[in-house]
Amino acid sequence: MSAVGVVCRKEILDNARDRRTMFSTLVFGPLFAPLLFAVMINIVVDRAVSSVREILHVPILGAERAPNVVEFLRGRGIERELDALPQDLESAAQAVRADTAELVIVIDEAFGADFAAQSGARVTVVFDRSDTRATSRAERVRAALGAYSEQIGALRLLARGVHPNVVRPLLVDQYDVSTPAGRSALLLGVLTYFLLFATLMGGLHLAIDTTAGERERKSLEPLLTTPVRRAELLAGKMAATIAFMLLSLALTLAGFAIVLNVVPLAELGMSSSFSLATAGLAFVILAPMAPFGAALLTLVASFTKSYKEAQTYLGLLLLVPTLPVAVATILDVKTTPALMWVPSMSQHLLVTALIKNEPLDIMLVAQSMVSTLLLGALLAWLAIKLYEREALLG
Amino acid sequence: MIEIAEVAKSFGAVQALAGVSFTAQTGRITGLLGPNGAGKSTCLRILSTVLRPDRGRATIAGHDVAADALAVRRLIGVLPHGAGLYPQLSARENIAYYGELHGLAGAALRQRVARLLERLGLTEIAERKAKGFSQGERTKVALARALVHDPRYLLLDEPTSGLDVMATRDLRSWLVELKSRGCCILFSSHVMQEVAALADELVIIAHGRLAASGTPESLAASFRNADLEEIFVDAVARVAP
Repeated sequence: MSAVGVVCRKEILDNARDRRTMFSTLVFGPLFAPLLFAVMINIVVDRAVSSVREILHVPILGAERAPNVVEFLRGRGIERELDALPQDLESAAQAVRADTAELVIVIDEAFGADFAAQSGARVTVVFDRSDTRATSRAERVRAALGAYSEQIGALRLLARGVHPNVVRPLLVDQYDVSTPAGRSALLLGVLTYFLLFATLMGGLHLAIDTTAGERERKSLEPLLTTPVRRAELLAGKMAATIAFMLLSLALTLAGFAIVLNVVPLAELGMSSSFSLATAGLAFVILAPMAPFGAALLTLVASFTKSYKEAQTYLGLLLLVPTLPVAVATILDVKTTPALMWVPSMSQHLLVTALIKNEPLDIMLVAQSMVSTLLLGALLAWLAIKLYEREALLG
Repeated sequence: MIEIAEVAKSFGAVQALAGVSFTAQTGRITGLLGPNGAGKSTCLRILSTVLRPDRGRATIAGHDVAADALAVRRLIGVLPHGAGLYPQLSARENIAYYGELHGLAGAALRQRVARLLERLGLTEIAERKAKGFSQGERTKVALARALVHDPRYLLLDEPTSGLDVMATRDLRSWLVELKSRGCCILFSSHVMQEVAALADELVIIAHGRLAASGTPESLAASFRNADLEEIFVDAVARVAP
């Protein structure tokens, strides 16, 4: 076996026996990230999706003034809540502000008279827009009230011999072309970030242990007296780090493949077709991040003097891949060939498109892979140059 | 033969070696003596190709340590200060790893490692992880690791520091055995008794300069004193800081 192979095999064996390394490789990414994602999705689903089948219980102030409205709402699954009824609009607003009520319907005192006089009877829906679940429920109540209003209006027009379409000169239709999966950009941003993070996390301890760790426990000096070039030593160490990163990535993808088929993605309007083939393609797209990340982490770890110091810097470094992902998510960046030169951004865009079931451009995938690998090679070369300095021993 | 000629080395503003020259002969044990900070470790690290001299020339068997480092590394076995074992690997794996780095493989490697474990009395702890080893066990494993490729040149930095009396005696007997097989051994120490008991030749350095060198007998004659400790103190005092 070549010296690179010998070093790589030893580092894998050595670190496979270390609990910390195995935790971050096998447990943190593959288990923690998909679970966290599942919990997040469940919360989002719970907060944002108010199912039509669900019966809403809403306090209705002044229900006795509009029994027909209350009856109509009941037909739409909106029941009158009888407990803790506020006294007036002001106290209803107070109750919503204090979170003792989520939603209150207030029927105006003059409702009966106004309705009879056909002059616009007032109904107020009190809610807090910053509460996403209450907002979606208020939307439901408003739609139900609107339907009632339209129905009465149509009847009144018909009574006067006027067709209801006369007051509806425009017929406005919405035609939404987004794919079912395309609507949850933020969640997808989080997903690719988890994948990138798990990849880097898988090799974090190796990158530190094989460089700063080796120096700290004084095993580097005897190693440098063996007839192996420093470039070969470092290549073997980086190969071991890459192996752990790829393992972590593969396991994390497998974890997501399981979780995404269990969580109610469809309720968010996302496709849940995260099949084995999708996971395999995602692995191919993300794999170049392993050599790139290994070279980057090794390069930075080579500057540091101790395990602790390395951990501090590399901990910060793990946040770097978030930046392109955050920018891409917030600005809704479109995929262009130029962006394929940005590691983590290119993988994010491609994997997001993949999960959205959008067609993948093979040229862009190839560009992303080649450019990330090239940048990784450049960083590896810098790390080797650094390793060949005498000051390495500190 | 190990030859050092006018070697100087500085770390920033600190001058560790200020032009040292000495030789260590094949088939002999040479003791490198000096007070703390005299430059002993720097000397050994230059010879083990880890550091490059700023000036001067160091050779082992005619190979320049700076220009021909790989050739030198094939010839030397190094016991650095502090064993530097891998705590998660067993004694056998620690030794075998260096064997592989020296190009050994297969049955030859296995036999070589087994023989060293047996010769150094490490068979019982061969499969145990190094993290639980005592100082003596660590030094033994590190020595076995340094010997795995059967080197002709042995560089040892304070080999007996932290060892108890029995382990020190064992170490001495192995070094004598290696000498009888034609090895060239250079070790550093600041313990007089140890050097007196082991070394055929003495090299005393202080403040990065050579203070005295020769056999114990020739030094006793030139310093007109049979007591090694007196000679040492006298020699060090002659070198201006």
